[in-house]
Amino acid sequence: MSAAQIELAGIERVFHLGDSDVHALRDLNLSIGAGEYVAVMGPSGSGKSTLLNLLGLLDRPNTGVYRLEGRDVTTLSPDEQARVRSERIGFVFQSFHLVPRLSAAENIALPMVLAGLAPAQRALRVKQALKDYGLENRADHRPDELSGGQRQRVAIARATIMQPAMILADEPTGNLDRATGEEVIRLLEALNASGVTLIMVTHDSALGARAHRQLMMEDGAIQQDKRQHPDAIPCAVPT
Amino acid sequence: MRSADLIRFARMAATGNPLRASLLVLAMAIGVAAVVVLTALGDGARRYVMNEFSSLGSNLVIVLPGRSQTGGFNPGNAITNTPRDLTIDDAQALQRASAVSRVAPLAVGTSEISAGGKLREVMIAGTVSQYTEVRHLAMAQGRFLAAGDWRRGAAEAVIGAKVRDEMFGSAPSLGQLVRIGDRRFRIVGVLAASGQGLSMNTDELVFVPVSLAQAMFNSNTLFRILVEANGRDSIEAAKVQVAEILKVRHDGEQDVTVITQDAVLATFDRLLGALTLGVAGIAAISLAVAGILVMNVMLVSVSQRTSEIGLLKALGATGGGIRLIFLTEASMLSLAGALVGYVLGQLAAALIRLLYPTFPAYPPDWAVLAGLATALVTGILFGVLPARRAAQLDPVQALSKR
Repeated sequence: MSAAQIELAGIERVFHLGDSDVHALRDLNLSIGAGEYVAVMGPSGSGKSTLLNLLGLLDRPNTGVYRLEGRDVTTLSPDEQARVRSERIGFVFQSFHLVPRLSAAENIALPMVLAGLAPAQRALRVKQALKDYGLENRADHRPDELSGGQRQRVAIARATIMQPAMILADEPTGNLDRATGEEVIRLLEALNASGVTLIMVTHDSALGARAHRQLMMEDGAIQQDKRQHPDAIPCAVPT
Repeated sequence: MRSADLIRFARMAATGNPLRASLLVLAMAIGVAAVVVLTALGDGARRYVMNEFSSLGSNLVIVLPGRSQTGGFNPGNAITNTPRDLTIDDAQALQRASAVSRVAPLAVGTSEISAGGKLREVMIAGTVSQYTEVRHLAMAQGRFLAAGDWRRGAAEAVIGAKVRDEMFGSAPSLGQLVRIGDRRFRIVGVLAASGQGLSMNTDELVFVPVSLAQAMFNSNTLFRILVEANGRDSIEAAKVQVAEILKVRHDGEQDVTVITQDAVLATFDRLLGALTLGVAGIAAISLAVAGILVMNVMLVSVSQRTSEIGLLKALGATGGGIRLIFLTEASMLSLAGALVGYVLGQLAAALIRLLYPTFPAYPPDWAVLAGLATALVTGILFGVLPARRAAQLDPVQALSKR
């Protein structure tokens, strides 16, 4: 493995709640290579979500350096960070975060609209994405006309439409039943298999166990960093 | 973000909440409609007065006896310093002035007219044949007084439309003999009904040759001399020449007042123009109120759509991009409101014109443009604060809000 895709060094994130300071992350050092499949686990308040927000450039550390693909992104201006988010990072949220008034196809196209891609190119990619995620006959449906699994598939299609280098998923199955959750995880794992880095925050230890690398967090620090060989997981990669 | 996408996105965001959008459009529409209607009323009043004045005749210069600037009766003059009278000779002398095309002397008094056993008190106007041209009067029947020597006139009279109706009803009046005062006149013409003309309503006048009128009232003074200048440009020259000629004729004393219609018109124009501006200002307040409403509604919209804003940021929208989205939405709603208000205002003005046909309630162009521009500017201006708030939202907190 050459230079890591993600490198965190001495990251601290402190929230001020009233008089007390809460250390969401303390002296965090982490390195994640391109194409890794990482599950971030831990109890509530352990800093999982804060870590994910930091990785997604939605939040800034108080101290420390975050290098993304060798580039220090903590010092970038907000607009430059927005550009990095647009081009390199895809988000998948627990509550989907689809825009309710837009159709499935329009939701998928949203990142490309924001990035200013040409309509012809957008239509092409949306069509492919709808096909890839089995949403072809749901293209004109609005989110409230879709099932939970379909909504999350729309969200994943949206997260991948800009062909990002990494997907950040925050409890992607949290609002889904077991079967649809399984289906969504399969989609994410398939993406990972195609080379996209997948970082997933989850409470579910069974789900976390499927990842190639587990980060156990507690009190804003990584307690355990466990790697396992992909072949050791029976159900992750269908043979 | 491409501008076509931006407009589309803002449009969908605006129509996504129809109640909010229609309230905002309504507020803006009322403001703009108020500007259009109120300025239409103000400017309509101005035009109405202008029209009334224009019916006096254009390029008109009026000579009044006495030096009072306003032309009103000055009791001081009457007691101590009686001005020299204006005479027919004075009027004839004015015809020599180069900037003057026509002159009509006017002697006025009241008398009784009787015909076929009917008796009526009327105002008698003694004048000459040019009077119809100077005052732009039209004949309904017959002709006006014959041209000829001003000092001698045939015993003929021209009556106004109302006098004709009251004296003769449906019977023919042309060629009839009437008694005015103690003289007999033959009616040679009837004026077309005009119904206009400020102090003197020509419908109720009886015109006779000026010399006979003076003989009837036993005086040789004139009430006015109406002078028509060659054109609009020569009104000033005519005014100076008239004053000069009369000064020479009156032993070097400036004892007449020469007024132009323009001076009177300009005063009214200024007055009523100020009135229109005033009501436009009042209407503009309603636009400002509408602007504040835009701000409120957009602020509510920002807080309602917090998680959407967070999402847009996560998907790579910059702060500037989000600001632009909200500004576009605010200005689109304002524009829609302005257009609706413009149409409503024009309809209301048309309704006023329909109900009062003589009142030209047309909104002036400047007011319409200013109203539309103010609506847009307030909409955008008051959209800035909500847009800034949206752009400054912390994406993490925005996303965590459900």
